[in-house]
Amino acid sequence: MTVSRRSFLSVSAVTGGGMLLGFGTKALAQQPPNQAPLDPNTFIRIAADGTVTLVSRNPEIGQGIKTMLPMLIAEELEVDWRSVKVEQADLGAQYGAQTTGGSRAASNNWVPMRQMGAAGRMMLIAAAARKWGVPESECFASKGRVYHRATDRSLGYGELAAAAATMPVPDLSAIKFKEAASFKIIGQSTIGVDVPDITSGKPIFGIDFTTPGMLFASYQKCPVFGGRVVSANLDDIKKMPGVKHAFVVEGQVKMGPVLDGEPGLEPGVAIVADTWWDAQTARKKLVVKWDNGPAASQSTAEFARRADELSKQKPQRTLKNDGNVDDGLKAAAKTVEAAYSYPFISHAPLEPRNCSAHYQDGKLEIWTTSQLPARGRQFVAKTLGMKEDDITIHLLRAGGSFGRGLNNDYMVEVAAIAKVVGVPVKLLWTREDDMQHDYYRPGGFHYLKGGVDTQGKLIAWQNHFVSYGDGEHFSSSAGIGPGEFPSGFVSNFAMYSSVMPLEIKTGALRAPGANSQCFVMQSFIDEMAHAAGQDPLVFRQTLLGEETKPGYNVKRMRGVLDLVAEKSGWGKRTLPAGTALGVAFHYSFQGYFAHVAEVTVAANKLKVNRVWVCGDVGSQIINPSGAEAQVQGGVIDGLSEMMTQEITLEGGAVVQGNYDKHQLLRIRQTPQIEVHFVKTDNAPTGLGEPALPPVIPAVTNAIFAATGKRIRSLPLSKSGYSWA
Amino acid sequence: MATQLTINGRSTTVDAPPDTPLLWVLRDVLNLHGTKYGCGIGQCGACTVHLAGQAVRSCLTPISAAANQKITTIEGLSPNGQHPLQVAWQQIDVPQCGYCQAGQIMSAAALLAKHPKPTDDQIDSAMNGNLCRCGTYLRVRQAIHQAAGQGKV
Repeated sequence: MTVSRRSFLSVSAVTGGGMLLGFGTKALAQQPPNQAPLDPNTFIRIAADGTVTLVSRNPEIGQGIKTMLPMLIAEELEVDWRSVKVEQADLGAQYGAQTTGGSRAASNNWVPMRQMGAAGRMMLIAAAARKWGVPESECFASKGRVYHRATDRSLGYGELAAAAATMPVPDLSAIKFKEAASFKIIGQSTIGVDVPDITSGKPIFGIDFTTPGMLFASYQKCPVFGGRVVSANLDDIKKMPGVKHAFVVEGQVKMGPVLDGEPGLEPGVAIVADTWWDAQTARKKLVVKWDNGPAASQSTAEFARRADELSKQKPQRTLKNDGNVDDGLKAAAKTVEAAYSYPFISHAPLEPRNCSAHYQDGKLEIWTTSQLPARGRQFVAKTLGMKEDDITIHLLRAGGSFGRGLNNDYMVEVAAIAKVVGVPVKLLWTREDDMQHDYYRPGGFHYLKGGVDTQGKLIAWQNHFVSYGDGEHFSSSAGIGPGEFPSGFVSNFAMYSSVMPLEIKTGALRAPGANSQCFVMQSFIDEMAHAAGQDPLVFRQTLLGEETKPGYNVKRMRGVLDLVAEKSGWGKRTLPAGTALGVAFHYSFQGYFAHVAEVTVAANKLKVNRVWVCGDVGSQIINPSGAEAQVQGGVIDGLSEMMTQEITLEGGAVVQGNYDKHQLLRIRQTPQIEVHFVKTDNAPTGLGEPALPPVIPAVTNAIFAATGKRIRSLPLSKSGYSWA
Repeated sequence: MATQLTINGRSTTVDAPPDTPLLWVLRDVLNLHGTKYGCGIGQCGACTVHLAGQAVRSCLTPISAAANQKITTIEGLSPNGQHPLQVAWQQIDVPQCGYCQAGQIMSAAALLAKHPKPTDDQIDSAMNGNLCRCGTYLRVRQAIHQAAGQGKV
């Protein structure tokens, strides 16, 4: 094994003449030199027969990471993509950070994964050059072979791997990346590596995991968050067919306002049986007496009443105060006042929460689809009083996640159950469990005032944001930043906030913060444009101006806004009565996006005909097929949220339990979605989130343009709208 | 109680209560995991299989209603995963997370058996019961047209 002192790359030889290349962590440095060729603790494995296996380190939740990360390695390694094998990494320190969230995979991996591939290529070239006794500069690599053109010789990577493993690892500063113009894999639409398994029904998802002797668990929690079991008819349940265990899990939940993180293992009754259906059938006979606890006082109606009350009081906090908003409003030629609101919503990924675990001899093995597996392991270790080193985590493909997998409540539940039963066990939540025990996208209320001067310039903007939290702290994903647009773009600008306590869990849903704030800001900007008597798109161009602000690249936003105007034929097309365009833009998760929606509205029946999306996520679209899919998916996700999705609380319990009450868009309602990217000289950034937020206000602004009715509250179904 | 089921051309006897949903017999008894659980109330279509050639929701189909009829799951749609729909799905890179796609393909296969050259409207009618949380609908439609020999639409 050779570990360069100056770089963080490391290499080791493997039995059978292969080579491994990975980050030079302590863990890897301590590995014995003769480790088995199947050891997964690396990013690149080249077997003596030339087989190249690349490892994807981040959790795959449908965002295409398991395809994109290996593409980056393969590009610089100079291998034929069609011959590459891809493997999912388990959780391990040698991989560095293994998280999915915040659309950060592209930006966090763009450099290091290409470094991995480039270092491998340079070492393979060095090995060939030494063998032939020629300068490295005369050699080149292509499609898994190193060539020496002058003598017309070549060697395959498999033949070189053993020698390459003894070459010094290049210093990071010596690594030269390929020019984008010579990319063969990056920039090519690349089919997802798991697609053949998906289309043939292979058992690759978390829910599909099985192991011999496995039992199946169902877990009944209190409908009210944190409620405890007083008593349950466990003796009756234990007599039910197939039931092997039925017991109370005491749990340990921190009650009171839930701000962030994992409040703890929630109490409940576990039923463990030969099949999940046996467990589920028994659960239907389960009778539990609950102590609901303090969260039972919470209801959606009470939140709305309290928000209205808070809106009339002095705000609790001032988050931003530029100029003098009172003077600005007084000086305005025209003012508008409006109250906006949006509901709690559920993640509702199609695969309900599930996790498998096996507790044996003080050690725990877990199979999960978590987005934050390392945090899950900490949570389990803390809750069960175990050492993290005694917990092994395997990562499995998730059937969607959208932020739900950032929390590991289901992981700690199955761990607690596994510790009792001592055999492998799979916990599967019902759809109703999943929807009624989520970390919800928090609802919120905005009380806005705006003013334009006689020239139609936006000169005053005041927002009193009423949300959830405790003192200075917002509940998870229920906050707002002082820089939220149009902060910094209006001379007299004030952002205030007040919070009320929330005793249920909230969390990040795809494009957290942005998925609700963008609706409010881009709608009220639209109101101000109409108050100013200006075209809504021109008004936005004027508002943005030309001058880049700290943390907000105006040129990039203007770039996508101008392009979406062109692509949608903004202001250039004659549309029939009842049909109109709406526009919105938003910067979030490092991506600049502008959308135009064309809608037709007749008697409150809405049809979204078409959505044009223009995005700027930097210089390179790594996988165009995956990129288009993420954008189209984000748009469709936004339309689902906009029309019907709402989680309501009554007596502290969630009312909606399934897709009939918390609906998703269906194929018939899906508009055409045109996707365009503006390429700018910036490092590539992610696409999982930033394409979602603008679609909602683009559509609601289009509804206003078509009908004169302003949408200030979501979902639309509450205002009588439905899909045409 | 024993129930005789014919799944993907093979006959098998299952010892389970007759009201057990076919979905759970497929998944937990027969280890055919391609058919997915999404909602349990016939809202999402992730559990779609063919019963006597018709697309049905296996979460709502008791095994007693499936006895002695031909059942086809995604695993049995084609011998090697190369049904024209599976090929089109791969070529067009339809799946995102992929969880709903077995159900989508099974609904699409039943559609093509009835309408070999479906219109967009026929596709929307046949596929409207299959939810895709990731939003792959545009590619689903395109892949069905392609599998039907209608090229890229």
